[in-house]
Amino acid sequence: MTALGKLFRTTTFKLTLVYLTVFALFAAFLLGYFAFNTRRLITEQITDTVNAEITGLSEQYRQGGIRRLVISVDERARRPGSSLYLVTTFAGDALAGNVTALQPGTLDSPGWTETTYRRLDEADEREKKHPDHHALVRVFQLPGGFRMLVGRDLEERERLYHIVTAAGRWSVAIVIVLGLAGGLFVTRRVLRRVDAMTETSRSIMAGDLGERLPVAGSGDELDRLAVNLNLMLERIEALMKGLKEVSDNIAHDLKTPLTRLRNRTEQALRTASSEAEYRAALEGTIEESDGLIRTFNALLMIARAESGQSRDDMAEFDAAEIATDIGELYEPLAEQKGLALMVEAPSPAPVKGNRELVSQALSNLVDNAIKYAALPDRPEGSPPAQIVVQAVNDGDRVLLTVADNGPGIPEADRQRVLERFVRLEQSRSQPGSGLGLSLAAAVARLHGGELTLADNAPGLKSIIALPRGGPVQIAG
Amino acid sequence: MRLLIIEDDRDAADYLVKAFREVGHVADAAHDGEDGLAHALDGQYDVLIVDRMLPKLDGLMVIGTLRGKGIETPALILSALGQVDDRVKGLRAGGDDYLPKPYSFSELLARVEVLARRRGGRNEETELRVGNLHLDRLSHSVRRGDEEITLQPREFRLLEYLMQHAGQVVTRTMLLENVWDYHFDPQTNVIDVHISRLRSKIDKGFSQPLLHTIRGTGYMIRDGAR
Repeated sequence: MTALGKLFRTTTFKLTLVYLTVFALFAAFLLGYFAFNTRRLITEQITDTVNAEITGLSEQYRQGGIRRLVISVDERARRPGSSLYLVTTFAGDALAGNVTALQPGTLDSPGWTETTYRRLDEADEREKKHPDHHALVRVFQLPGGFRMLVGRDLEERERLYHIVTAAGRWSVAIVIVLGLAGGLFVTRRVLRRVDAMTETSRSIMAGDLGERLPVAGSGDELDRLAVNLNLMLERIEALMKGLKEVSDNIAHDLKTPLTRLRNRTEQALRTASSEAEYRAALEGTIEESDGLIRTFNALLMIARAESGQSRDDMAEFDAAEIATDIGELYEPLAEQKGLALMVEAPSPAPVKGNRELVSQALSNLVDNAIKYAALPDRPEGSPPAQIVVQAVNDGDRVLLTVADNGPGIPEADRQRVLERFVRLEQSRSQPGSGLGLSLAAAVARLHGGELTLADNAPGLKSIIALPRGGPVQIAG
Repeated sequence: MRLLIIEDDRDAADYLVKAFREVGHVADAAHDGEDGLAHALDGQYDVLIVDRMLPKLDGLMVIGTLRGKGIETPALILSALGQVDDRVKGLRAGGDDYLPKPYSFSELLARVEVLARRRGGRNEETELRVGNLHLDRLSHSVRRGDEEITLQPREFRLLEYLMQHAGQVVTRTMLLENVWDYHFDPQTNVIDVHISRLRSKIDKGFSQPLLHTIRGTGYMIRDGAR
């Protein structure tokens, strides 16, 4: 009962009803029009025939008087399928003809009338079984007081009319039945699919984010809706996964320094005896917590970049300017470490995005390059260590590149180092959270670009590719 | 210097009041937005330290209300929300500086002292002078004694900022924010290298150094002979 109620409440079913009404009305109108015209046509044929007979009979009367007319009428009346005739005197006594039992008064008014009648040749005993027939007759006043009636039976016309109206009723009934059945069928099909989608979304709401809405593969609007909802689910799942990773990372990787911090304080409380020792322990604590805060901030930043929240405050800026600025910020540090840092940003490279985040991403790459290119174990006789920061237009992309000629990263490890907290064995001694590259990668993704690590032969080449902004391409 | 600290975490507020008193300032504390606003309206304070999220009245609303009444006491916003857009919102609401939590007290102190001194209006001076070091903001020239010093544009801005706040501690983050306009934390301390470059240009060869490193906090330019 409720299932039926649900069926009747669906949009599809309501639409079916509207269409059904429109089509039924249309069919009824069409058949009605057809019936009306058929009837009119037959009536016209009857009047034409009757008029022609009257003209012929009047001619007979004019030529041969009443005697000739009577003979003529008798002759015609005997023919099979004949018209209806009646000739009477002024008093109303029948002289000739084949009809009787006319509606009273029919003969008194000249002109066209519809009347009931009975044929003379029909036996009296059948009178009761046969109702009176209908006819369309014309009464004509002859000179000399005689009256003449000529007419045609209307049975043919009525029969045809009945056939057409019956057909009309049937077809409307069939339209309604078929339409209702079709509507119910379609509605049930749609309802089944919508029910399946509802069912799936319920189980997704219950926590199973891995489930997907069923796609029938027909490419219709429900499929498109399902496909888009599935894409949305994928995005949500990715975000949830990111969130889970962040909390996992916080749990695993912040616990280690926190434990270290706690141990150090505890040990100082237990063993330190002089003020200098306490002071040293406290300073170490502050340093350790600063490192923790830094890691924590970087994690939050990555999570924010990956969730796409920072997409709100994006504006147009010049990546070449950022390359120049970051180059200038790091140049003294590079020089101090015996590296040459060069910036190549010959022309404006417009990018739409968050200037601050892109600056930070590039600064992380430069920072890494300085750290690793300046490693002390450079082989004898190798060329001077140098870092090149580039901002170039590359078709519809802008490439921010940091290239060094340090030890580089083995190809097998390049993808891995983009993950959070991954630090290669040889770099464990260097300060850093291991989050620099993953932050740069997250920032690139936020802008619809990507971070790739390539071989600079020798050294490492980190490339942030961002979609080019500016007048070249306005739509995102 | 008289300070008003509007912070709903009583421990944090007490700690700040005590710490500011230790360095010789007077500090009052309010623990919600309405109380803080009332204090700020009738007290004579040099700087307000306002937590972003407060009970009863949001920190930004407190500052907005004060500014609406024409009270221009410099305000520093403390906030656990440290993102770029949050800072922009804070400054747009009438805040003068923004410090994300967790902060170090020395950083907060340096910023508060700079804010308190901002009223002095050293921003409008065309020539800055510390000891025998002169900086001409119109001709972009720097002189120490009779000796002309050539600086890169960024070095000039660095020196200009330091000299604007002569005698005050300026932290690395303040320099990064005000000279470079970056609000993130570079992994390596790049500022130190810039300072030592600047130092080699203005102090090298002079018996009296002007640019001093304040351990654990930042830098200060001052006439040592004072």
